[in-house]
Amino acid sequence: MQRHVISVLVENSPGVLSRVAGLFSGRGFNIHSLNVAPSHEEGVSHMTITTFGDSSIIEQIMKQLHKIVPVLKVVEYEETPAVEREMMFLKVQADGPNRGEILRTVEVFRCKVVDVGHNEMTIEATGNHEKLEAIIALFQRFGIKELARTGSLAMKRSKKQID
Amino acid sequence: MEHTGAWILLESLRREGVEILFGYPGGAVIDIYDELPNHPAIRHVLVRHEQGAVHAADGYARASGKVGACLVTSGPGATNTVTGLATAHCDSIPLVVVTGQVPTKLIGNDAFQEVDIVGITRPCTKHNFLVKDVRRLARTIREAFYIARSGRPGPVLVDLPKDVVQAVAEFVWPEEISLRSYNPSYKPHPNQLRKTVELLDNASRPLMLAGGGVVLSNASEPFTELARRLSIPVTATLMGLGAFPATDDLWFGMVGMHGTFAANMGLNSTDVLLCVGGRFDDRVTGKLSAFAPKAKIVHIDIDPTSIRKNVEVQVPLVGDCRLSLEGLLEICAVKCADRDWKAKHAAWVAEMAQWKLEKPLTFHEGKAIKPQQVIRTINELTGGDAIISTEVGQHQMWTAQFYDFLAPRNLLTSGGLGTMGYGFPAAIGAQFAFPDRKVVVIAGDGSLQMNIQELATAVSNRLPIKVVILNNRHLGMVRQWQELFYERRYVSTNMEAQPDFVKLAEAFGAEGYRIEAPDQLRPVLAKALASPATTFVDVRVEREENVYPIVPAGAALDEMLLV
Repeated sequence: MQRHVISVLVENSPGVLSRVAGLFSGRGFNIHSLNVAPSHEEGVSHMTITTFGDSSIIEQIMKQLHKIVPVLKVVEYEETPAVEREMMFLKVQADGPNRGEILRTVEVFRCKVVDVGHNEMTIEATGNHEKLEAIIALFQRFGIKELARTGSLAMKRSKKQID
Repeated sequence: MEHTGAWILLESLRREGVEILFGYPGGAVIDIYDELPNHPAIRHVLVRHEQGAVHAADGYARASGKVGACLVTSGPGATNTVTGLATAHCDSIPLVVVTGQVPTKLIGNDAFQEVDIVGITRPCTKHNFLVKDVRRLARTIREAFYIARSGRPGPVLVDLPKDVVQAVAEFVWPEEISLRSYNPSYKPHPNQLRKTVELLDNASRPLMLAGGGVVLSNASEPFTELARRLSIPVTATLMGLGAFPATDDLWFGMVGMHGTFAANMGLNSTDVLLCVGGRFDDRVTGKLSAFAPKAKIVHIDIDPTSIRKNVEVQVPLVGDCRLSLEGLLEICAVKCADRDWKAKHAAWVAEMAQWKLEKPLTFHEGKAIKPQQVIRTINELTGGDAIISTEVGQHQMWTAQFYDFLAPRNLLTSGGLGTMGYGFPAAIGAQFAFPDRKVVVIAGDGSLQMNIQELATAVSNRLPIKVVILNNRHLGMVRQWQELFYERRYVSTNMEAQPDFVKLAEAFGAEGYRIEAPDQLRPVLAKALASPATTFVDVRVEREENVYPIVPAGAALDEMLLV
């Protein structure tokens, strides 16, 4: 089952999030991540949903999303080239001897240290899904104490050529 | 001039064409009821349970094609509408249900008779609203009706807090209505229409399948015209019965679990299946991998989610059934004017007819009254011209099999959800829509008891509804499954303890008849049908009669058990 990223533009009416979430739970589709925040347009929110499923399930998800009354637009980024990023905070165990190595890893992945405590560090990382998975795997050995991810954001790429 | 929310609501309902409002008062809607006498254009019908109100509005909508309307109070009044909403949602019936709600400042406080009905009904309505500002009320009612009746129709719920009903505002009625995020498309794509005609032109064993969409979009005329002009055999789903006249030579009966041998064999053999306004429910398809195995499928539906949900199709055709069929007729008239369709499909139609002849719908007559016999007698006595409402179970399937539906909107039945207790209140709604027509409920003794309290509604409004109870003192369909698939382990399907339906009718002020022998059937039914009163007819039928054919759940359509 392939991972799919779907953008949904919705009218910002009350309950619209539960309409979308309820569609997934009610029909047995799975939500891997869901991100929602206001868009540039007043009264319109942009949701980014990542999900897993074969093409017929994704087709149903797209159609069902579109059927929800306050949904304005549904785009799936399989065919359409898109930029995709996700952000996370990662709190790792950072005792004396490990600190140097943690900081080197932070640098290699172009992460940021946003908070330092007595024996732990909080790291901010941004990247696509795969990059964040790789970062998590690498930090695992230091001991991850807490993790928070935003879920993916996606946007269609602009045309590079003039038609 | 300013008006209260109650006034605005009722004026808005009137402007949307509501003549009958089925409802039940309560604390949260008492202001609306207080205002009702000032709006004589709206007749309020007091039911005896809110579920009955929604089913009645649903029956009204199915019979008339208009939007059904209900008004109930908050809390339990609102939750009692859920089954009715889900029933209408499954069968795409346009309703607007207005529920009272506690005052906005109390919402979320677990106030008396408070429930989050918008949250509860989100998955079983087409859309729902909570109105928090009286200035939004008129527009919201307008939007609710627009959403309910347009595109694929469905029920819409509007939740009205008590303070909004009491507040005042200018009445501003939006003449035009459009929603930025909701634009159902009706017009079929011309290319898809052309492809369909091409497929039909090259087909040697085409079959047409009518779903409920043909009835909902008033497309029965072009549907019938296309089948007759191209000489294509016709079958239908439960919801599609009446879309094509059952007395036509091209009619081969209902398809699916309790479909006819001919219809199911037809699906098994067809090379081009034209499904119009059906959604390939599991009761229709049987085992999906064996469904219409030789067919290229054209699927016409206004709802894109219905297409390719269950069955892979070659030509998806998103659009209104009526417009699509008219489009097909036009293209046929231009491109295939010279075809001799009758000759081309003669062998195929003859093959279908042979199946019908070999394995017709039948039953064995005996000493006891056979339920199928009751349906045939009702059919003869009404000339197929009554509005027939059913409950859910064996009697429903026998009605589908043995009553000849000649026109659309003559059958009211809960197809998708299978709601026992639907038929009687739905008949009440239909009788309000057509006071002069004969409305007959065909009920089982089990189902009828689920909403029998509506007898008071029928009697108090002097509705001449006839309720014919196929009384086998069993929950017959479940009993049948226990017999056939659970080695006769009968658990909780015996209903011998039941009221005396004749006395019960009389206790409510209705008429009651009992029929216990086959020779009483015709005279007593005729007498009951002629009565101007609400009438129960308790027909004591064979207790262990089964519905045949039956395709066991999950089996292929050609794996039918026959009589």
